[in-house]
Amino acid sequence: MEGQSVTKVVLLSCGSFNPITNMHLRMFELARDHLEDTGQYKVVKGIISPVGDGYKKKGLIDAYHRQEMAKLATENSDWITVDTWESLQPVWVETVKVVRHHYNEMLAAEQKNDDVDTVKYAKKRRIEGNYFEDSSHDKRRGGPQLMLLCGADILESFGIPNLWKQDDIAEIVGRYGLVCITRSGNDPHKCIHQSEILWKYRKNIQVVQEWVTNEISATHVRLALRRGRSVRYLLPDAVVHYIQEHDLYSAESEQKNADVVLAPLQKYTGASSS
Amino acid sequence: MATRRVPLVLLACGSFNPITNQHMRLFELARDHMHSTGQYQVVGGIVSPVSDGYGKQGLVLAKHRIAMAKLALQSSDWVKVDEWESQQPDWTETVVTMRYHYGRILEQFEQRTVPGPQLKLLCGADFLDTFKIPGLWRDDHVQEVAGRFGFVCVSRGGLEPERAVHESDTLSRHSQNIFLVREWVKNATSATEVRRALRRGMSVKYLIPDSVIEYIHQHNLYTEDSERRNEGTVLRPLAKQAQQPVKSLDD
Repeated sequence: MEGQSVTKVVLLSCGSFNPITNMHLRMFELARDHLEDTGQYKVVKGIISPVGDGYKKKGLIDAYHRQEMAKLATENSDWITVDTWESLQPVWVETVKVVRHHYNEMLAAEQKNDDVDTVKYAKKRRIEGNYFEDSSHDKRRGGPQLMLLCGADILESFGIPNLWKQDDIAEIVGRYGLVCITRSGNDPHKCIHQSEILWKYRKNIQVVQEWVTNEISATHVRLALRRGRSVRYLLPDAVVHYIQEHDLYSAESEQKNADVVLAPLQKYTGASSS
Repeated sequence: MATRRVPLVLLACGSFNPITNQHMRLFELARDHMHSTGQYQVVGGIVSPVSDGYGKQGLVLAKHRIAMAKLALQSSDWVKVDEWESQQPDWTETVVTMRYHYGRILEQFEQRTVPGPQLKLLCGADFLDTFKIPGLWRDDHVQEVAGRFGFVCVSRGGLEPERAVHESDTLSRHSQNIFLVREWVKNATSATEVRRALRRGMSVKYLIPDSVIEYIHQHNLYTEDSERRNEGTVLRPLAKQAQQPVKSLDD
């Protein structure tokens, strides 16, 4: 049977999803097309992981609603799913931990389904702590890969002081890999060029051009909603209905966490309120 | 005393080849904007796909474009697809389509309302630029569309529509009938890009409704062949203009 050299990929997207939009969903489609077009990958699953309320971002509404909307939005997808592990954690969880968690889940699932020679998988081990192997080692074994799917703005955010731990960036990009969808106004290649860590692991960063600029930002969606404007066709209909039914997104909801410091900044600088 | 709002119907003419979320978004944005002026009450929206006689390259059969638009608008309670234009034997000038629909609206309202209903052409900013293309529009038609009916033009944040109005004497004269709506979210889901993606076997999910995607696959529309349709043919409006001298308002 052909295609033994094709690597299975699971795409993981972390974010507020406040609310989920057609653009978030589109990123998965673009990433899958891009990876499969190289002939080296087969994308088998997409995971949407909404951030927990502990992130304390301004305007972040309850995780419960954000999860429900994401579920409604992915009802009609046969490969994109919503995972609530991250949002159910009591405190904010670093992205690298979410990635590790889903990588381990993926391995466990593979082992269950595995009907191929087990020698290949004998050396796999659960990833704990900051240690990680040279990423090329895994690729040679042909094991499945988990890649973080993100917009170019995430790549840029790696440069914001105290938002990310350098070790975490190195692990995410070095051990797992990134699929980065460009938005107009961002230049991911420049970003990669200007960062030592990103440059070191540039082979693990797939940059995907979105030729149809589709810049539906959730921020704008919330703005439109606050002003009683239509957001139809920017989000799936089911999500629009849900928002109306539960009366989410008002001037009030946008003020949530206004005087609180974002969790990662709290953690890395010790600041608790501004 | 509060003045009564003008009942307003929005008409979008175009290829809709295929209809996209962006097309449907134009209606939503336009409605919100016209309501916010305090002067209008949007009572209906019409999608009028152009007939096959238009001769545009890559234009698939009207029956498919109509079917897709109907599927896409199934869930809308105020925007409908109209087949009249697509059923005409030859390509129809925009102003002729507008006159037809305006006549129907007047019948519907039977002069019951004061003020009477209005029909405006809903379009994107690129549409206003087409007035500059030599031979594409008759001057008297531009005058009638701008003067008698009016536009609601949705743009994506740039100043192009203001410039287009500025650069045309006719449009400038009727600038009070031209409503410019800014969409700050750049959502350039063009049908051209959608067709390109389909030809290359790439996903268009979340750019157009699922039901339309299914339809496209079922009927195998939008291939390299379909994009070559009408290749080398002169666009009908240009051909028509070249044949006829400019006449009066009566067609």
